[in-house]
Amino acid sequence: MANIKTRAEIRFILNGEDIALTDVAPDETLLDYLRLRRSLTGTKEGCAEGDCGACTVLVGRLAAGKLVYEGVNACIRFLGSLDGCHVVTIEHLAARDGRLHPVQQAMVDFHGSQCGFCTPGFVMSLYALWMRSPEPTNAEIEKALQGNLCRCTGYEAIVRAAQAVSNYGKAAEDPLNAERKAIAAKLAALRDGTRIEIGEDRRRLIVPASVDDLANVLEAEPKATIVAGSTDVGLWVTKFMREIAPAVFIGGLDELKEISEAEGTIRIGAGVTYSEAFAFLSKRIPAFGPLIDRIGGDQVRNMGTIGGNIANGSPIGDTPPPLIALGSTVVLRKGSKRREMPLEEFFIAYGKQDRRPGEFVEAVEVPLPAKGSQFAVYKITKRRDEDITATLGAFYLKLAQDGTVASIRIAYGGMAATPKRAKAVEAALAGKPWNEETIEAALPAYGEDFAPITDMRASAEYRALAGRNLLRRFYLETAGAEGPVQVSRYEVA
Amino acid sequence: MNKHAALDLKAEKITGGVATEQRHDSAHKHVSGQALYIDDIAEPAGTLHGCLGLSTVTHGKIISMDLSAVRAAPGVVDVLTAKDIPGENDISPTGRDDEPVLAADQVQFFGQPIFCVIARTREEARRACRLAKVDYEERPFVIDVGGLDPKKDKLVTPPLTLKRGNAAEAIAKAPRRIKGKMRVGGQEHFYLEGHIAMAIPGEDQDVTVYSSTQHPSEVQHMVAHALGVSSHAVTVEVRRMGGGFGGKETQGNQFAALAAIAAKRLGRAVKIRPDRDDDMTATGKRHDFMIDYEVGFDDEGKILGVDYIYAARCGFSSDLSGPVTDRALFHCDNAYYFPAVHAQSAPLYTNTVSNTAFRGFGGPQGMIGAERVIDEIAFAVGKDPLEIRKKNFYGVRDRNVTPYHQTVEDNVVHRIIEELEASSDYHRRRRVIAAFNNNSRIIKRGIALTPVKFGISFTATHFNQAGALVHVYTDGSVHLNHGGTEMGQGLYVKVAQVVAEEFQIDLNQVKITATTTGKVPNTSATAASSGSDLNGMAAQNAARQIKGRLIDFAADKYSVPQDQIVFLPNRVRVGNQEMPFVDLVKQAYMARVQLSAAGFYKTPKIHWNRDKGEGHPFYYFAYGASCSEVSIDTLTGEYVVERTDILHETGRSLNRAIDLGQIEGGFIQGMGWLTTEELWWDEKGRLRTHAPSTYKIPLASDRPKIFNVALADWSENREATVHRSKAVGEPPFMLAMSVLHALSDAVASVADHKICPRLDAPATPERVLMAVERLKGAARS
Repeated sequence: MANIKTRAEIRFILNGEDIALTDVAPDETLLDYLRLRRSLTGTKEGCAEGDCGACTVLVGRLAAGKLVYEGVNACIRFLGSLDGCHVVTIEHLAARDGRLHPVQQAMVDFHGSQCGFCTPGFVMSLYALWMRSPEPTNAEIEKALQGNLCRCTGYEAIVRAAQAVSNYGKAAEDPLNAERKAIAAKLAALRDGTRIEIGEDRRRLIVPASVDDLANVLEAEPKATIVAGSTDVGLWVTKFMREIAPAVFIGGLDELKEISEAEGTIRIGAGVTYSEAFAFLSKRIPAFGPLIDRIGGDQVRNMGTIGGNIANGSPIGDTPPPLIALGSTVVLRKGSKRREMPLEEFFIAYGKQDRRPGEFVEAVEVPLPAKGSQFAVYKITKRRDEDITATLGAFYLKLAQDGTVASIRIAYGGMAATPKRAKAVEAALAGKPWNEETIEAALPAYGEDFAPITDMRASAEYRALAGRNLLRRFYLETAGAEGPVQVSRYEVA
Repeated sequence: MNKHAALDLKAEKITGGVATEQRHDSAHKHVSGQALYIDDIAEPAGTLHGCLGLSTVTHGKIISMDLSAVRAAPGVVDVLTAKDIPGENDISPTGRDDEPVLAADQVQFFGQPIFCVIARTREEARRACRLAKVDYEERPFVIDVGGLDPKKDKLVTPPLTLKRGNAAEAIAKAPRRIKGKMRVGGQEHFYLEGHIAMAIPGEDQDVTVYSSTQHPSEVQHMVAHALGVSSHAVTVEVRRMGGGFGGKETQGNQFAALAAIAAKRLGRAVKIRPDRDDDMTATGKRHDFMIDYEVGFDDEGKILGVDYIYAARCGFSSDLSGPVTDRALFHCDNAYYFPAVHAQSAPLYTNTVSNTAFRGFGGPQGMIGAERVIDEIAFAVGKDPLEIRKKNFYGVRDRNVTPYHQTVEDNVVHRIIEELEASSDYHRRRRVIAAFNNNSRIIKRGIALTPVKFGISFTATHFNQAGALVHVYTDGSVHLNHGGTEMGQGLYVKVAQVVAEEFQIDLNQVKITATTTGKVPNTSATAASSGSDLNGMAAQNAARQIKGRLIDFAADKYSVPQDQIVFLPNRVRVGNQEMPFVDLVKQAYMARVQLSAAGFYKTPKIHWNRDKGEGHPFYYFAYGASCSEVSIDTLTGEYVVERTDILHETGRSLNRAIDLGQIEGGFIQGMGWLTTEELWWDEKGRLRTHAPSTYKIPLASDRPKIFNVALADWSENREATVHRSKAVGEPPFMLAMSVLHALSDAVASVADHKICPRLDAPATPERVLMAVERLKGAARS
């Protein structure tokens, strides 16, 4: 193993205080730390699974040298992942003299709280929104609040408050913005290029210093749990009480956060979060924009990674089907060796991926859709936002000059034990004229491709029917059907 | 704090009296994280933590329970089972002795508590819980009421029958008849703060329990019974809940009782806060119903007779299922007059968690049955459902007797509907929608306008009483306490406004204090929308007693007639002179006048004979209506609510801002019940929707795209309620019926509005798509 400097201490800033902790368990959550160890009880536990937002705090971190503050779910965020970060809780918002922060005062004046339990989380989400968009549109507000549940107000008053925040103060004068330079300098100083290793056995956690270091760590600890955004692993701990030691935290590795385009291929580092990928991807492959907008809430998108979505191999992960449809390649690494494979081959069976001990997902490479091709992704859920897929279809179509199908790749989530191509349907469409008869004739082939199950999200019948209808929708959209073919919440500008 | 120096002694009006838009009293604490919920209270040194061990089968006999690994787990201090309960092992709120604190020999639903681990930390308790080895002899179970016979199968509590006239004959003779069945789903409360109790042992048999409950008196009684001590040994306190919605009316008993038992046993404070999944698995929900209906009507769509059976999934025990199913029947008419009616409830036993109170308390399920019948008639006679609704509304002078023989004396539904029809532009939009649907192949729109009439009062007449305790201190500040609990609905601030108004002092002079059984005894649950009506009047009564004594004292001391003593803002006019309120208070104190009073109120006029199904169970009715428009995708069943208009009445509102919040919030919660909130059990009888990842309550992005909410400014309670206001907690919930019916209307468009879609609830995208398919299929054949 390479000779690398280590320390046994997690260092971060909590509100205005410098923190250095040597007693951190790999599965200790930020929320428990705040509430149990620090008596900072303003941050609430509503669900302990990252779905309600009552525990929302801001985490400031350096991204490409720039300090960004993002809302995250403290309930599934591990303390070990916070090295070099600035954690901001609800207690940090009001001025020393007790004067409320503009977001808080707007919430008070517009009757944005009733029982008040979800309120600190809403305030934090709106605070993050206000910092990035002081005059938010309705759509921006709703998107910023996708990860916050309120059972009392019906949200109307909260949205009114969100629209009014800038009447109460200027984002530029906000203390966090005012202190940006000093905090950024502090955080930069905390990043000393060392590996963090704390504890033994069931209390062992490791934060590698670099991707090369990660490769070394995993070779030495092939049974380690790799933790990127912890939007899944978090629940292993809070819900299933699984041991995750030794846990290796990779969320802070800059090298894994690179997203780039070269020669018609986008390379997404395994540590790129949904939020980080959003602008880049939706600019180049517009269908990804609305899809990413419907993965989790803001807090989950700020933590969860596309690499994790792939590596965990869930049959209802939202990014694998479109990535498969586009013909993406996953890059795996073990030590200094890399291997690549088509993404669809990575998913072997339910819960089983082609990842060997000591190996990790380093990146996914996505070919840009060809010129003149059509690409679409449709996600079907019970609730429009922040819901897990019932069925999701991705369609990538190239038409020949004569209007026949030159090639089509279709992949689904929620229809099988893994994300899966609809190869029989593809075959039924290939070479045929792209018209309604072809579509209708191809539909029975779905029965060859998929035998979906019934569960709490949808019945098998519904999955089968809605799944097929997505092809009809895709056809109608590509054929330029008259009138809308999808319901929409936001009018297209 | 001596604030009176800052009081405005020349003001024409106090700040914060009734009919002003006060903020929630805790708003500034909510937004800053300073509002203390029970888990935020500083724990006494050595506090222990409990976790409930839940059954892993749906129905069965416990053969053996090996808890040795649990006891040996790190941090475990004690493990309680049924035999460790010193008093009665029962927390049935209606005294039916059918709900154990911990199951002793048989379990009747998946997730029933069977033991309780007490450990140093919550995490240790949770981990230890999983080490139990319990063997069961499994038994057959019944989860769904779909296969049950409401007239034959096991009930958890006696059913109710309402009848007026001869329904069977009226239906038989009617020119037209329809028979049908509707399923309407249950609902998880999803209060953001889950259940929690912290018990602190005292001397002798005493224990203090902080409980997140809507019903501190009941928790007190249950804790006392479980401990086998007198009620006087138990004090229950709650400052606020992070949401209740009925889910904390009885369901907190279990956690409070176990925390108290452990605390007394171990001599240490014990806290129990179940994880969200355990909370959703082990505590009750809204009842789902299967409604059988038969209606006879004439060719114009006028109802002649109705027969209903409301069968409910009650779970394994009665809990509040009796009154819940009763209230469903009380609302099977919604706002409609039934010339002849027979309605029967069937509170069915199932091997599911015992269902409980939830905002509306069966009323929403009752009303949804009424609206289905209206829909059926509308399709049968080929008319706009709104026209059928209007044709069947209760009259003002005649056609105004309910199925329970109470005369509707305050009917304002006609005015509400007329105004909403105009403000929502209903008729023009219906035409626009028809044109849109003709030109849109995939996306279809629908619209519906539905009324709400909701009966106010506990149907158990004796619950309609309340107490309050008011102290005036010698600095002129006031301490207010009453039996109502604060769960976010703004009760505390409303009652404080009433007291401020009574004394004519600024609202900030009134300190709102935590509800505790030690100050006001024998209280009713904060439920049935009754909070302000009952506690507002009790507090007003207390304030008036003190005011009366101050008047007596001043009249005597200054030798002026009593009618020349007037309470003005922050001051009192005594004859020709004015003095600050605080000065009069001080003088009264020096003269040994009692400045504290216990207030009391009982609702007049109400009575109910359940055996006969006759009486006057409701003091008054609250009315409202809503109009919703939706778009549905006929390929996937996905939908959006395009617009909702609401007109709702809250009498002379004590606080319009608070009431508006109740209406908006109630509507969205109701919309969740009827759309995306689905409870789902697997084939083993396990509830699989037990966390927000699987159970989907509305988000901000589910709100209607356009949402216009208005309070009827002309509304006034004709009964002498507190300042002539009306209750607002539950009624707005049912405004959401317009969303279900708008979805139904959109679905109907695929078969040219010729077939009643019979869209059941919750109308998930799946149910909408399946209804579309069904209608398309029927239209083809």
